[in-house]
Amino acid sequence: MPKNPDIKKVLVFGSGPIVIGQAAEFDYAGTQACRSLKEEGIQVVLLNSNPATIMTDKNIADQVYIEPLTAEVVEQLIKKERPDSVLPTLGGQAGLNLAMELEESGFLEENHVRLIGTTALTIKKAEDRELFKETMEKIGEPVAPSDIVEDVESGLGIAGEIGYPVVLRPAYTLGGSGGGIAANPEQCREILENGLRLSRVGQVLVERCIAGWKEIEYEVMRDGAGNVITVCNMENIDPVGVHTGDSIVVAPSQTLGDKEYQMLRTSALNIITELGITGGCNVQYALNPESFEYCVIEVNPRVSRSSALASKATGYPIAKVAAKIALGYTLEEIKNAVTKKTCACFEPMLDYCVVKMPRLPFDKFISAKRTLGTQMKATGEVMSICTNFEGALMKAIRSLEQHVDSLSSYDFSGFDEDRLKKQLEKVDDRRIWVIAEALRRGMPYDRIHEITRIDPWFIDKLAVLVGMEKALIAGPLTEELLREAKRLEFPDTVIARLSGADVAQIKAMRYQAGIRAAYKMVDTCAAEFAAETPYYYSCFDGSSEVEGSFEAGKKKVLVLGSGPIRIGQGIEFDFCSVHSTWAFAKEGYETIIINNNPETVSTDFDIADKLYFEPLTPEDVESVVDVEKPDGAVVQFGGQTAIKLTEALMKMGVPVLGTAPEDVDAAEDRELFDQILEQCQIPRPAGHTVFSAGEAKKAANKLGYPVLVRPSYVLGGQGMQICINDHDIDEFIGIINQIAQDHPILVDKYIVGKEIEVDAVCDGQDILIPGIMEHIERTGIHSGDSISVYPAPSITPVIEAKLVDYTKKLARALHVKGMINIQFIVAGDEVYIIEVNPRSSRTVPYISKVTGIPIIPLATQVICGHSLRELGYTPGLQKKSEYIAIKMPVFSFEKIRGADISLGPEMKSTGECLGIAKTFNEALYKAFEGAGVKLPRHKNMIISVRKSEHEAVVEIARRFKNVGYRIFATRGTARVLNDHGVPAFAVRKLEQESPNILDLILGHEIDLVIDIPQQGAERSHDGFVIRRNAIETGVHVLTSLDTAKALATSLENRARKRTLVDVALLS
Amino acid sequence: MKAFLILEDGTIFCGSRIGADREVISEIVFNTSMTGYLEVLSDPSYAGQAVVMTYPLIGNYGICEEDMESEKLWPDGFIVRELSRIPSNFRSGDTIQHFLQKHNIPGICGIDTRALTKILREKGTMNGMITTHVYEDYAKLLDRIRKYQVTGVVKATSCKEKYEIAPSEPQKAPVSVHTACRPGSLKWRMGEGKHVALMDLGAKNNIACSLSERGCRVSVFPCDTRAETILAARPDGIMLSNGPGDPKENQEIIQEIRRLYQSDVPIFAICLGHQLMALATGADTYKLKYGHRGGNHPVKDLETGRVYISSQNHGYAVDPDSLDPKVAVPAFVNVNDNTNEGLSYVGKNIFTVQFHPEACPGPQDSGYLFDRFIKMMGGKE
Repeated sequence: MPKNPDIKKVLVFGSGPIVIGQAAEFDYAGTQACRSLKEEGIQVVLLNSNPATIMTDKNIADQVYIEPLTAEVVEQLIKKERPDSVLPTLGGQAGLNLAMELEESGFLEENHVRLIGTTALTIKKAEDRELFKETMEKIGEPVAPSDIVEDVESGLGIAGEIGYPVVLRPAYTLGGSGGGIAANPEQCREILENGLRLSRVGQVLVERCIAGWKEIEYEVMRDGAGNVITVCNMENIDPVGVHTGDSIVVAPSQTLGDKEYQMLRTSALNIITELGITGGCNVQYALNPESFEYCVIEVNPRVSRSSALASKATGYPIAKVAAKIALGYTLEEIKNAVTKKTCACFEPMLDYCVVKMPRLPFDKFISAKRTLGTQMKATGEVMSICTNFEGALMKAIRSLEQHVDSLSSYDFSGFDEDRLKKQLEKVDDRRIWVIAEALRRGMPYDRIHEITRIDPWFIDKLAVLVGMEKALIAGPLTEELLREAKRLEFPDTVIARLSGADVAQIKAMRYQAGIRAAYKMVDTCAAEFAAETPYYYSCFDGSSEVEGSFEAGKKKVLVLGSGPIRIGQGIEFDFCSVHSTWAFAKEGYETIIINNNPETVSTDFDIADKLYFEPLTPEDVESVVDVEKPDGAVVQFGGQTAIKLTEALMKMGVPVLGTAPEDVDAAEDRELFDQILEQCQIPRPAGHTVFSAGEAKKAANKLGYPVLVRPSYVLGGQGMQICINDHDIDEFIGIINQIAQDHPILVDKYIVGKEIEVDAVCDGQDILIPGIMEHIERTGIHSGDSISVYPAPSITPVIEAKLVDYTKKLARALHVKGMINIQFIVAGDEVYIIEVNPRSSRTVPYISKVTGIPIIPLATQVICGHSLRELGYTPGLQKKSEYIAIKMPVFSFEKIRGADISLGPEMKSTGECLGIAKTFNEALYKAFEGAGVKLPRHKNMIISVRKSEHEAVVEIARRFKNVGYRIFATRGTARVLNDHGVPAFAVRKLEQESPNILDLILGHEIDLVIDIPQQGAERSHDGFVIRRNAIETGVHVLTSLDTAKALATSLENRARKRTLVDVALLS
Repeated sequence: MKAFLILEDGTIFCGSRIGADREVISEIVFNTSMTGYLEVLSDPSYAGQAVVMTYPLIGNYGICEEDMESEKLWPDGFIVRELSRIPSNFRSGDTIQHFLQKHNIPGICGIDTRALTKILREKGTMNGMITTHVYEDYAKLLDRIRKYQVTGVVKATSCKEKYEIAPSEPQKAPVSVHTACRPGSLKWRMGEGKHVALMDLGAKNNIACSLSERGCRVSVFPCDTRAETILAARPDGIMLSNGPGDPKENQEIIQEIRRLYQSDVPIFAICLGHQLMALATGADTYKLKYGHRGGNHPVKDLETGRVYISSQNHGYAVDPDSLDPKVAVPAFVNVNDNTNEGLSYVGKNIFTVQFHPEACPGPQDSGYLFDRFIKMMGGKE
């Protein structure tokens, strides 16, 4: 069945801002799909509110709209662009929901737009609880039986029907409190009574208990002709109960026999057939480890995080194929992009083992609960490939960049037996380390299995690693032992540490014995056919398939990726890496990418000439360098991950292209940087470099509180805090020292002012500044968490000139070749430097898009030796765009229980969206809309601010009052408001009797909470509880008056008409 | 203990011995299935060959004896990258290490199976030796290895005497482990009352099982049974099974199959049976460079245009150019390399496939062909 000729112009949805559960994988899928559509001559209109994505580039789609993902916007867009089809299956759940809304309202039919890739019925069958159950029953696929009950007796009845044990989940209680697992009617009665009381709607869900079953996933595809295939199956090491996004996952499944494998495979194919999906689909199963009993947990009728993982794990490009299927092609008509000989209608066979590990944000949210459950908490993930499971796990661990490199990285040796057992019962991110400790002490497998329900096969694999640790400690380190340790992917550093040798010795011994990493190809077919994909992974037990190819006259560049998505280092660095790779290719370089994040575009095998899917540690990079012998490496586009490898690259003798390493160092080293500032006569907040809490306190008292304390070499403000007294410093330095810290600590005077950010490209001589951005929030809130406005709306020409001058001076003094990012404070007429990053930054993608200046390609060309003038650019600050672009941070607080949501110098947002318009007000409104702030609803709000802000809050409250808000406030705040003529109701404090402030929030009638917490580490517990409760019940919480002001502005102006902007036309 | 795999081209892989402590020379073939090592080991079609598993981790779920496709293990040797230290499955009754020993199968582990597979892919299937002995005179040894030939394997794998399999009891959920088609579906039990004569050329259990599950009574005949004996049993249909070796070696069987062709009894043939029917009706077969062994091969049903993922295990194929279009026409083709995967016989109730609709190991997608066969016999719709 060839391409449907009626499809000419397709609207594609992206998934919006990065939030926990919806991350870079949709940029990967969307980008691949758009390229696949364009390959077929289709005109692609793209809608995504996330400016940091590659899919929103004008070379990926024909028309690009960075607008809020709402039905109204889509309707307006469809009327403007008149696409004939909409492809909604690539934008995650957000995309599907939009499609459903438009289909159900009849809008698509009225406007003669067809849904491709799926149908409304398909989406409904998969997403609607009842319809899904019905559909599964029709084809004999079991689902975990469940029912909602409103009284104890019927609950007991249902539980009896379903069979014990049952899970009881009260509806609408905070974090599932009041629920539990009942093994018999007595327990069931007890939990039901309690749960029904706690549930505000008086409902409890009674469900068959499948916790502890194996969790297995299948990625399946189907075309319009009904051909079906499985791309990959995956097994979660963590059994049912932990969200698959937070589980350690292995592909293919390891503990399933062919009977189980085929049973579930056939089931998955039956499901995709019955649902009538044309494209990709993910089916999740729970499999009873003691029988063939299974049930379908969930079906995602679209590409997903798992499908991105499956694509990378197998080399089968699911999104690309799904897009072609949407156009009408059959699987047989689509070529296998890896072998280029066979077709897409086959099933990949792996001859290696893949492990995925989640990147959890507990290093950012120290107060958060580390427990893992059905609510996903990971911000990103890493994947690794090896010929054995142990090796893949070891590689994944060190790819996380969380100061872990082996199973001895978290130390539980101090726990007594009882405490260790208790720890083992906790399902959290350190569980495999706890198991390792249990194994070290000789706890039997079945005991560990009994507690964790993790399959003994995996426990044995952990035991293999523990055994190797023991062997290395015991010694002697023979060649044979070393060889085996490397086969299991023990890094040299760990071998050295355990065996008591130093790293250089281990390396020398290894090289002498010829124990070197070999590279194997990911070829989709287990070597059955010759493949052409340059997609590699390393192992130590085989011969290498890569021979460093050296094309005469062609230089090779190594582009280091940015690893897992985490708070502070997100998708924007993948954007930069990919654009830089493309630019190098244009310059005639052979490009090589090393990265380990399966969600990203950069790890798609057709981005660079060669892809090495490897951890980003010095040893792993050096192994690649040994084979490829690149002419240079570029680190300035891969965030701090890549920057951190600079020193190692120099030691390997690989030239670092662009800004010289010693200049990078100068920007980070306090003393050197101070010298440069002095030389350029640029002021900065006074500060000191210290090494201990004592020194820090001395420095702080000299400077005068408040001060800003942070470790050097950080990204995303990790471990940065405003301290208002000695106590704060003591507490905070204690925390810093917990996260291994080899670098000194900086103590700076905290200056209140406007924060300004500049990205620039420097060719060593001239500087090009695409634009100046201003933050809505005052200094003290991390730039990544601030609302950022381009062009800076409130700076005077004098200040502007100063900013440009300082930028030029700094770029020159640091001999920048490529990107530089500078953050300033403007206080009165003074401009201070906060920090300089001689690398690409978070704001580059958005500023590139709104100005139309291809910043990354330019920086890359400059790195290759071109001058800005030669490239046709006039140096200096570029002309302001006629559009205002406002970048709005997006948070995932509701997903991280126990995390404090108040903003400060430590970054907490997971993603961002953009509002772009000709006026400030419209851009702001779009930005809030894109971030999901849909107000007003109930027109009730709560204000609680600390004393020092009482005066400031009055005007803001008045503005909310004027747009119709009823204001509730804590006693002190209410008095001030009433005194100033803004009527406000005083509410009782948390500890007072009901109804108090918490009851108000839990009453679901509040739109918004403005809560300005105390500064410093000592924050009131009350405030924390209020903020958490508000967030978890879906109430918007603002912790900065500046943000509140902006929101008021947005609400005052919301009635205006929205104009959609095609950013592909901006230049 | 150190062991070596020596290929006839002189390549030597050094690993560790697994299974029986004996030396063996055999034809080395690779299988790309990620699960189903026990089904592979007990598949009679591997008689005379040593199998390399391309998936590196083998033995993970131990040995579930009820999954065996015959009574014993057939390959001469087993070649893997890594054997699991412990088995983990609720049905497992043994470790693969012990099981190989028990069945006297020698093998080697700890070698770069991907590198080996690439050699077989590039140079074609070749002979090799698994040994723990260090040889002095390599030239002589390689000569010996090269001389090895797979012969007499059909006779060796076929049953010696006729036996009967009664229709199985109707099954209820959970899904039977041997089921290619779902119990409870409308098609189920459509073979009730039908009698199938299965010619055992080295048959996998699940062929007879797939028929008996659908309600058929199955009479299994040894490979050297005369056609008239089979026809005298008055079967509603005849099933020719899979089996090992070079099809052309079986001249006597081919004679008998020609007689079966001439009868009006519906015939369904799989793998070797498919090749023998082609040879019996004047077509030719040839040896593939490295064969198809695995569970991911796409085959296209030329009648409907649908593509199915199939289980495969064959080193020979029917040459489609040798077909007399008046006798047989291609019914299935391999989408990867366009080799023939099935034939439909003109004017006859006969169809044959190269792949394995009985699965085990591998995808169950083409199980519908058993239904088609039963329909041909006049089974219930």
